[in-house]
Amino acid sequence: MNSEELRNITANQIVDARGTACPGPLLAAKKAIGDIESGEIMEILSSDEGTKHDIPRWCEKMEHDFLGIVEEDSYTRLFLKKA
Amino acid sequence: MSIDIENQIAELQKKVGKLEKGTKDQLSMVVFSGDLDKILAAMIISTGAVAYDMKVKLFFTFWATAALRDPQKKVSGKNLISKMFGMMLPKGKNKLKLSKMHMMGMGSAMMKGLMKKKNVASLDEMFKIAGELGVEINICEMSMDLMGFKKEEMMDYPHMNICGVATFLADASESKVQLFI
Repeated sequence: MNSEELRNITANQIVDARGTACPGPLLAAKKAIGDIESGEIMEILSSDEGTKHDIPRWCEKMEHDFLGIVEEDSYTRLFLKKA
Repeated sequence: MSIDIENQIAELQKKVGKLEKGTKDQLSMVVFSGDLDKILAAMIISTGAVAYDMKVKLFFTFWATAALRDPQKKVSGKNLISKMFGMMLPKGKNKLKLSKMHMMGMGSAMMKGLMKKKNVASLDEMFKIAGELGVEINICEMSMDLMGFKKEEMMDYPHMNICGVATFLADASESKVQLFI
């Protein structure tokens, strides 16, 4: 999905991991994914540059559907749909 | 003919059984170094691996065992050499030195300050998270014996065992990923 489409999404769960360094955002994502149902959408906020690569790889492994990235000024929003 | 096929099926079932028991989605790591930076790397990889849905088993051996000591715990009945080892080696994870640029403590202190500033979790926090996530720590019995460390002076950690090399080998041989740090 492009950023325009992603901006219009209302996530079922927003995980704010801004300010934490590796592996903080990944651990936060792992923790929060348990709270949503299959097919629901989670949004992860991260200021850690590595998260942009880590979360898509993690989704691949966990079979979640990675929807894409929206870049904000000082952080990144990452969207995924739970498998 | 049919007996032949039955035998073949039995043989195949055996092989499939072996394969299923084979490699697990598991990380097995030897933590040998007692350096601050290397133990930090080991803990970051370990907690990351749990998030990556892997089971994690750490084998702490040699210099790394000193990092698991609890500075608050005192034990008696050590001989002179054990006492010396105990004094010369870092007493717990907060006394570790950087492998490079320690500079009589200045470098390590600077690194800790920098980690705080950049929101990198401290070793204390990393071990706490690892414990909550179920990261298993196995300590090499021989190393502890060699350095005169006792079980009673090790830090409180929910999944800690003292074991030998066979435990590590058993864990490693069924792990997809094996590392040595």
